[in-house]
Amino acid sequence: MAAPADPAVLQVLALRAVVHRSIRRFFEERDFVEVETPAIVPSPGLDVHLAAFEVRNPKGEPAGWLATSPEYQMKRLLSAGAERIFQLGRSYRADEHGRHHEREFTMLEWYRADSTSDDVIRDTEELVAFVANALTEKGELSPFSVPWQRLTVDEALQVHGDVALDAVMRDEERFFRVWAEEVQPRLGNERPVIVTDWPSSMASLARLKPNGMADRFEAFFRGVELCNGFGELTDAAEQRRRFERDQADRQAAGAPVYPIDERFLDDLERGMPESGGNALGVDRLLMLLLGADSIQAVMPFPEERL
Amino acid sequence: MADTSDIKKGFKMLIDGVPFAVVDHQFVKPGKGQAFVRTRIKNMMTGAVIDRTFKSGEKLEKADTEERTMQYLYPEGDARVFMDTRSYEQISLSNEQLGDNVHYLLDGTEVDIMLFEGRPIGVTPPTFVELLVTETEPGFKGDTSSNTTKPATCETGLVVNVPLFVNAGDKLKIDTRTGDYVERVKR
Repeated sequence: MAAPADPAVLQVLALRAVVHRSIRRFFEERDFVEVETPAIVPSPGLDVHLAAFEVRNPKGEPAGWLATSPEYQMKRLLSAGAERIFQLGRSYRADEHGRHHEREFTMLEWYRADSTSDDVIRDTEELVAFVANALTEKGELSPFSVPWQRLTVDEALQVHGDVALDAVMRDEERFFRVWAEEVQPRLGNERPVIVTDWPSSMASLARLKPNGMADRFEAFFRGVELCNGFGELTDAAEQRRRFERDQADRQAAGAPVYPIDERFLDDLERGMPESGGNALGVDRLLMLLLGADSIQAVMPFPEERL
Repeated sequence: MADTSDIKKGFKMLIDGVPFAVVDHQFVKPGKGQAFVRTRIKNMMTGAVIDRTFKSGEKLEKADTEERTMQYLYPEGDARVFMDTRSYEQISLSNEQLGDNVHYLLDGTEVDIMLFEGRPIGVTPPTFVELLVTETEPGFKGDTSSNTTKPATCETGLVVNVPLFVNAGDKLKIDTRTGDYVERVKR
């Protein structure tokens, strides 16, 4: 005999299906191709504060890592000539536990060739409105007007943290402490806000803008980081320098030093179009649109119920 | 040694020699940045609640605390004496340490006493206690619905606001978390 239905689980499944379907429809309407890249990768991402799960083969030998994001492989597809691609898949992060973190989560990542970060910001605003409409059966307009509020990192720090970027830029721990305690909880409480102009030391895989700041943006809604996007760095030599600096920083911090993905650098070297890309946490999007208080509440199998 | 991954509601840690209990906590990791655990923690000596942010992975010193159920025996000067009902060990807490809780102690009342490094630092009384009214203005018969209240003094010295129908000699149920009158107990 079948067990009684669990309406909470069924509701989560139904809502997630609506979100996934609407994301796919949104990108298909804009001529994006859905792609898949591997979960097991030769380099999981070198950002200093990322921890990856190591994969071993049956003999116990290292076999790679679970990808912390599909970024390198998706950019290799841009180098191979793909123009508009999106992926709705899993990313994996070790040592991240909390109401807005799971070791395994659904990431939407998309890239546009011959585009700028502004194009991708517009995609983001339209996508969130599209998904919000799909979730409200009546097809009401999204509660946030477009374009969203814009702030530079410096403005966000001054408005909410009472400190200028110059004063905290050289002390990364202080920057992130002020950001985590004072700034981020106050970002996007009424409507989402896009934060741009990150310091060059936090450029990650973003190119630098003429003003010397990173061409990187993040969207925040109700104090939660929703996505992180770049005007992509296409200079292979500069990318290698950043990877080497990340490796040195990881070494100094006592963190595992992951290898550099040489094939990614080879493909950058051969040429990647000027592109914009974004990575958006789908579980967080669903949480925020529904007003839920954790991503676990909108997942059928968060780690704690596994 | 504990670290931030041990933090959960009720986790007790030592900061500058003072025990704190975690009231609320949240893992935060600004995009591409250092992870932190933001906490709201309660100073177990003073009851003051503060916010504190720890770097993820930061080492924490666990506080040596223990909660024991004890029975209230009798007053002794400016203090009250309690007994562990299993070991018969007796300890005393000053009225100052007890604060408002001193008003919820009747002969034999069982309370939870928090010990820090073996010394008592606080008391949790039962959630509800029943106290006899010793003094209040005479009640109005039949008035059981009015929102108007009056003060009543109980056998332990506690003064609570009560409905007008309450009389001296009535027994009242009191919520010790708020110090509020709940109902008159039928005799």
